[in-house]
Amino acid sequence: MIDVRGLKKSFGNLEVLKGVDTHVEKGECVCIIGPSGSGKSTFLRCLNLLEEPTGGDIVIDGERVLVKDCNIDGLRLKVGMVFQHFNLFPHLTILDNLILAPVKLKLMTEDEAKEKAMQLLERVGVADKADCYPAMLSGGQKQRVAIARALTLSPKIMLFDEPTSALDPEMVGEVLEVMKQLAKDGMTMLVVTHEMGFAREAADRVLFIDEGIIAEEGTPEELFSSPKRERTKSFLSKVL
Amino acid sequence: MASFIEEFKFVFIEGKRYAYIMNGLKVTIGVSLAAVLVGVALGLLLAIMKMTEVRKGKKTVLSVFAGIYIDVIRGTPSVLQLLIMYFLVFKSQMGIAAAVLSFGINSSAYVAEIIRAGIMAVDNGQMEAGRSLGLSYGLTMRYIIIPQAIKNILPALGNEFILLIKETSILGYIAIYDLTKAANYITTRTYRLFLPLIGSAVIYYAITKLLSMLMARLERRLRESDRR
Repeated sequence: MIDVRGLKKSFGNLEVLKGVDTHVEKGECVCIIGPSGSGKSTFLRCLNLLEEPTGGDIVIDGERVLVKDCNIDGLRLKVGMVFQHFNLFPHLTILDNLILAPVKLKLMTEDEAKEKAMQLLERVGVADKADCYPAMLSGGQKQRVAIARALTLSPKIMLFDEPTSALDPEMVGEVLEVMKQLAKDGMTMLVVTHEMGFAREAADRVLFIDEGIIAEEGTPEELFSSPKRERTKSFLSKVL
Repeated sequence: MASFIEEFKFVFIEGKRYAYIMNGLKVTIGVSLAAVLVGVALGLLLAIMKMTEVRKGKKTVLSVFAGIYIDVIRGTPSVLQLLIMYFLVFKSQMGIAAAVLSFGINSSAYVAEIIRAGIMAVDNGQMEAGRSLGLSYGLTMRYIIIPQAIKNILPALGNEFILLIKETSILGYIAIYDLTKAANYITTRTYRLFLPLIGSAVIYYAITKLLSMLMARLERRLRESDRR
């Protein structure tokens, strides 16, 4: 589903990604862990071109995305994204947040979009808030709405950029629950997270990114129980 | 009190001198309104030109041009701009048109910065969220960024309009009879200073006060959607 080769990204003189290679299968849930500033978020943001890579190659769903004639907006329909700070649209109701993109892009009629949006809100447990504005929701509810919003376009891949880092501790569980369900339903997911419990439980594979490269990867058991590298060991000893 | 009424009658009523004030007021409001329209139209254009720089991540021909324009306009006195427009560009013809254009250009530099700042103040995450949903830059601007930016822009724009109304009091420099010039004219005809000068000041104050009250009301209404 996703093929990444030698991915590089620099901001000015600062080289954040120094050549990332990985492959993600359809239906796989991959968690990305690592110290802050290691390039995890940058890596994720390169996958839907919110950051423009400076080198390497990315193939998503059989399509090379770093070539000039790639339809970036079309690519983003296949790749949904959930942000750390939710980024709901504060001037629109929850329902309008969900239907804006499919309706304005003329992918669905307003009625179709509303029906689909209500189903998704039901699925993430906030259907009763459809007519509210984002400011009236708790952090956990906002993030669940953000997940539903990304799902309205029926993406093939979902990217999560630290989806629970801005939440109060008691709201982390409800968001992780939605994500686990999504993984179980076979969504291809990449999750940058500090929630090691989630990674252990839901991930098929864990990538440990450090200093701009994938320093170690493996199944959750391999990585958490018997990390091979010193760097991984010292990181895990700090967060577990 | 009786003497005040006498004085008032002499200054404003006798010889229909109030007509000068009324005509001056019309000119002041007319020029301000026309200039604010020119200012907003040009300002929007300049803001868009300057923002090409944000989108491309580096300076562009358009952003450099807009930057210099804004810099020069803001760095020179509006009286001189008016004199240059009327005497040099319009060759002392069509005073009102020269005034509208001059004030409009002057205002556009400030309006451009107001619009740009209002758009930049919208959290960058909003643009990223819009783009990540497959919306183009233009669609994201139109349906997500601009509606939020309006709340930042409108109050400052109202302020700019108030400033512009007061700024037009220099119209007398190019022999246009605006409110200030009319008051000045009455002082020279009646040899009275107090009533014409204070009277016209009260009128300016009343207009700007009315406008700022309207703006405050609009601002409250716009903010209501945040609280719901």
